Amino acid sequence: MLGYLIRRITYGIVTIFAVSVLSFLIIQLPPGDYVTSYIAALEAQGDDVSAEEAETLRAYFGLGQPPYVQYGKWMYQIAQGNLGLSFQYRVPVTEVIGERMLLTIILALGSVVFVWITAIPIGIFSAVRQYSIQDYIATTLGFIGLAVPDFLLALVMMYLAWDWWGFSIGGLFSQEYAAAPWSLGRVVDLLQHMIIPIIVLGTAGTASLIRITRANLLDELRKPYVVTARAKGMTEWQLILKYPVRLALNPVISLTAYIFPFLVSGSIIVSVVLSLPTLGPVLLRSLLSQDMFLAGAIILLIGVMTVVGTLLSDILLGLVDPRVRLE
Amino acid sequence: MSQSTRSEAVASHKIDNGAPLLEVKNLHTHFFTGEGVVLAVDGANFEVHAGKTLGLVGESGCGKSVAAKSILQIVDKPGRVVDGEIIYSSQVSAGQEVRRDLLRLDAGGAEMRAIRGGEISMIFQEPMSSFSPVHTVGNQLTEAIQLHTEMSDKEANETAIQWLSHVGIPNPTQRLNEFPYRLSGGQCQRAMIAMALSTNPRILIADEPTTALDVTTQAQILNLLQRLQAETGMAMIFITHDLGVIAEVADEVAVMYLGRIVEKAPVKEIFRNPKHPYTKALLTSIPRIDAQPRERLPSIKGSIPHPQNRPSGCPFHPRCPAFIAGTCDVKEPQLAAVGENHQASCFLYPGC
Ligand SMILES: Nc1ncnc2c1ncn2[C@@H]1O[C@H](COP(=O)(O)OP(=O)(O)OP(=O)(O)O)[C@@H](O)[C@H]1O
Ligand code: SF4
Ligand SMILES: [Mg+2]
Repeated sequence: MLGYLIRRITYGIVTIFAVSVLSFLIIQLPPGDYVTSYIAALEAQGDDVSAEEAETLRAYFGLGQPPYVQYGKWMYQIAQGNLGLSFQYRVPVTEVIGERMLLTIILALGSVVFVWITAIPIGIFSAVRQYSIQDYIATTLGFIGLAVPDFLLALVMMYLAWDWWGFSIGGLFSQEYAAAPWSLGRVVDLLQHMIIPIIVLGTAGTASLIRITRANLLDELRKPYVVTARAKGMTEWQLILKYPVRLALNPVISLTAYIFPFLVSGSIIVSVVLSLPTLGPVLLRSLLSQDMFLAGAIILLIGVMTVVGTLLSDILLGLVDPRVRLE
Repeated sequence: MSQSTRSEAVASHKIDNGAPLLEVKNLHTHFFTGEGVVLAVDGANFEVHAGKTLGLVGESGCGKSVAAKSILQIVDKPGRVVDGEIIYSSQVSAGQEVRRDLLRLDAGGAEMRAIRGGEISMIFQEPMSSFSPVHTVGNQLTEAIQLHTEMSDKEANETAIQWLSHVGIPNPTQRLNEFPYRLSGGQCQRAMIAMALSTNPRILIADEPTTALDVTTQAQILNLLQRLQAETGMAMIFITHDLGVIAEVADEVAVMYLGRIVEKAPVKEIFRNPKHPYTKALLTSIPRIDAQPRERLPSIKGSIPHPQNRPSGCPFHPRCPAFIAGTCDVKEPQLAAVGENHQASCFLYPGC
């Protein structure tokens, strides 16, 4: 297990390095340097920037030095918790994305949990009762869930929530809590507002996870060890839950890592529609306005989150499946 | 392991030669597939006597495994036992037996589950894949024990260790905590036997338990099974397509063809005096001693028809060298006495 762990962590570090280089390239991508775009941005807003100021900024950002030195500096700053300045918001990037980052993670985790607790039982039931009415219903709903675009689902749910319960679901907080410090009331308010975004974000994932769980379990149900368990005298549900389900869920565990970044990036449009204060809309805006430090930082963070997610699910998989540790 | 602990683990069954312990009568098990109904078992009759071994032999696909699974009511979907009786005589208390039709019991009910793995255990052809790869050997063994006894975890563990050592697995205590992939095929089959016997069943169904193993291991496993049978007095249904193995382990032989028993006799009688043309053909195709271990029997003329398009009349008639036109392809022969303790279903013999 230790060797397996070390190997996984090494891969993770290498991947994070690659992601950071990529994010750095994105920052470098627009023509000119960032000071040029920074100044352009400032001037567009009516601020004048003197040549002297521009020079100071250039020196501050270390422009004119070879790219690897700039990359090194950027990394060094990040290591100290400094993600640079947002041109657009004119505040440190950390300030722009701080709470949004937290809310994004909470929303993504919430969606993963939602996907798990709905898809796994439905998938198991579909497989065990293959070709039953319930299986057909689950399959049909699954395909609809996959086919309906998220933003449409978001609009429909928003309309229904308003029409049926008079509940307005823009944002993640009610007005009185939006800028308030964290408190129990704020948490409850957040949870209430998260229900619909989680359903919207989780639907496609749920639909595909139902398919995956069902297909895996159908495969496992045909394996000889199931017959052995049956021949022991276990009840059908007892043995299904202990043996084939356990094996069918291994790939599901590793898939979660892939759902995670999809939830973060997939949430962009949904977040715009539902006006959620998450990273998605900010990333979109930063890319549109060439706010490169902000965009680079968000891409880097999403990358790191993905790698950490993958690492966690690898470790989980190693814990539940002894064969994986061998490789 | 010392002699005293061994006798704790192995409870001996009384051997009596009266009524059969298990009687399969007119068993029909069919598979209702999208392409049609497969008559996997179509009127099989055989019986198992206490302490004896019934060898169930026949070519691949003739319904041996399905018949065995029917006894435990664990036939895979879309299969179903559609007709027949499986009379099993359970021991309710010392010396008192109750004869019940297992097919009348609810397949998922407590009574059937108590018999499954408790009174009638089964071992399989693929020892490696018959264990779950993500649960330890000990977990799977103690589970079987605890399903049929009131043992605590600790007692079940000790029993499992005793049985592992009894079937010849070295370092049983350590093996208990290991996953099946650490065991060789032969060791897995030994562990499977330990698991099946740990509940002191009265009947062991062994479905080609040595087919997937190399010759040396095959011989060891056969010896082990015979030794354990002598110790426990259990009865055995030994399924194989290898007549060489039958000669070694069986007391009685039932030859199966396309879901039916075509000949039944004590083992010596079958080898010395086979009656049914199919049995004769099987005997002339016994693999030679120097043949490859896993080689199939050199096939008999023609191929086995798929159970879905079963031939009319005698199911063997398209391949039979003694085929009687106008009779064999029209009428169905019945299993009838062709000698003392000897039955066959073939029109060559009067009464069939
Ligand atoms: N799950 C299933 N669905 C459909 N048909 C099946 C199924 N299982 C078995 N059968 C059919 O039942 C017939 C008998 O199968 P069975 O497994 O009992 O053969 P067998 O005598 O054990 O052969 P082998 O020596 O290969 O194990 C086969 O012809 C097969 O087509
Ligand atoms: S009944 Fe006829 S076809 Fe069938 S085995 Fe006997 S001789 Fe051959
Ligand atoms: Mg078989």
